Amino acid sequence: MDTMRERFTSILSGLLDTDPRLALVLADIGAAGFEEARLAHPDRVINVGIREQLLIGAGAGLALTGMRPVVHTFASFLVERAFEQVKLDFGHQGLGGVLVSAGGSYDWPAGGHTHMSPGDIALLDTLDGWTVHVPGHPDEAETLLRQAVAAGDDRVYVRLSAHSNATARPVGHGFRTVREGRAGVVVAVGPMLDNVLAAVEGLGVTVLYAATVRPFDGASLRAAVGEVTGTGGGADVVLVEPYLAGTSGAAVNDALADLPHRVLGLGIGRRELRRYGSIEEHLAGQGLDPRSLGERIVSFLKR
Amino acid sequence: MLVRLGFFPSPTAHENNTAHQRVAAHGFRAGVDHRWGLTSSLVEYDRVLRVSPELREAPGRDRFLLSKGHGPMAYYAVLAAKGFFPEEWLSGFGAYESPLGHHPDRVLVPGVEIGSGSLGHGLPLGVGTALGLRAQGRDEARVWVLIGDAELDEGSNHEAIAYAGAAGLGALHAVVVDNASATHGWRGGIASRFEAAGWSATTVDGHDHEALHEAFTAPHPGRPHAVVARVTPKNA
Repeated sequence: MDTMRERFTSILSGLLDTDPRLALVLADIGAAGFEEARLAHPDRVINVGIREQLLIGAGAGLALTGMRPVVHTFASFLVERAFEQVKLDFGHQGLGGVLVSAGGSYDWPAGGHTHMSPGDIALLDTLDGWTVHVPGHPDEAETLLRQAVAAGDDRVYVRLSAHSNATARPVGHGFRTVREGRAGVVVAVGPMLDNVLAAVEGLGVTVLYAATVRPFDGASLRAAVGEVTGTGGGADVVLVEPYLAGTSGAAVNDALADLPHRVLGLGIGRRELRRYGSIEEHLAGQGLDPRSLGERIVSFLKR
Repeated sequence: MLVRLGFFPSPTAHENNTAHQRVAAHGFRAGVDHRWGLTSSLVEYDRVLRVSPELREAPGRDRFLLSKGHGPMAYYAVLAAKGFFPEEWLSGFGAYESPLGHHPDRVLVPGVEIGSGSLGHGLPLGVGTALGLRAQGRDEARVWVLIGDAELDEGSNHEAIAYAGAAGLGALHAVVVDNASATHGWRGGIASRFEAAGWSATTVDGHDHEALHEAFTAPHPGRPHAVVARVTPKNA
């Protein structure tokens, strides 16, 4: 199976052949994979070098002329380093585009904290109008990338990861119910699903799968909570996100504003691990391996 | 077809005066530096830029990106004088109901190509605009970005300057209004930054309309072009 980034390269190269409005802007990262596409479309595959402020600004400038820019680099440089450009050059100018990141929160553990971006989605939450996709499988990434490119002049963020689930799920419209139970609702985001399913084996909880987290599918969450709580009692909701813990906590509270509820937000901590190693080791270090997740979920539901 | 506005028998001086008078009539206060901005913008709008209210949505129009967005009164006055919006708007400058803020907003003001205020955004946006025009085969359209010498402190400009030179973005133009306001100055001069990156660059007296016009219209095949316009130093 190819990775999400490899899938991004192949499907975007194909879309560039068929959609003259599409332009890809890079800052060296990923450029080698797009060399063939650049030769075919030298004016629409643009590598500005290691210049992320220009990366975002030039992407928005392309949108000013009516094009559909796809802008790509590691999440830490795409969203964090050039955040004011994202805020102003796309948001304030009223322009659309697709930001596609790689690296996520822990994809290259040996690379250390400089190449980790657990805060990307929390940052985008300070802005208006961003759709956020967090695919959990290369097939899902393909579906969501195609959807993002075709989404008119919307602003869309697609967070690709080297971490993925064993099988793809249907994605594209809100949350999906993966299993049902009455003890609580666990929302598993993107690559977190497999570990969540392993963690809740034997627990009577509903698991919702979210590959699109903004807009947050509050209606599906409310429906799931209604199934669990019936007409009375409080709702227990656990969020498991592959980025900063609790990022979607406010969205859950908004969705359940008129219902008694408790929320446990699991994900990446603010404290740096300052460890290298592998993705598996980092997931365990963050308490996101099946055993740790299971213990934390059980402990929360018991209270 | 687009019309090259500037080469009609010279209405420039008259329109300059008229615009100044209209602006004054609306109680608009422009300082010395801003008045320079007004006259230089008028030189461009009248003689260089192919843009007008009728063309403001035309894909092949020239673009003027005011990157140095503070002190936009002169800019608004030019746009009003050219008919992009009613002159009555000018008196509301900065008011809650007014579309005219202390920094311009493209979403609110017809004819404004970019919202600005935070420094260092115009040139990267101009690079993208030039790339977009090139990708769509609109070779006739030119992009002008007005920045200040102090604004040049922002590193984002230098990302844009280096890349635009390497990419040979001939449609891109920068006007650097140099009122010597950069805290640490520019040792070796401003134009040299552009030249070293492969731009065509020239430095002129910003109060000399003919010199400006010559600099604005100098040919620069295959290279972006920078005009450094020296004006009265801020602290003079």
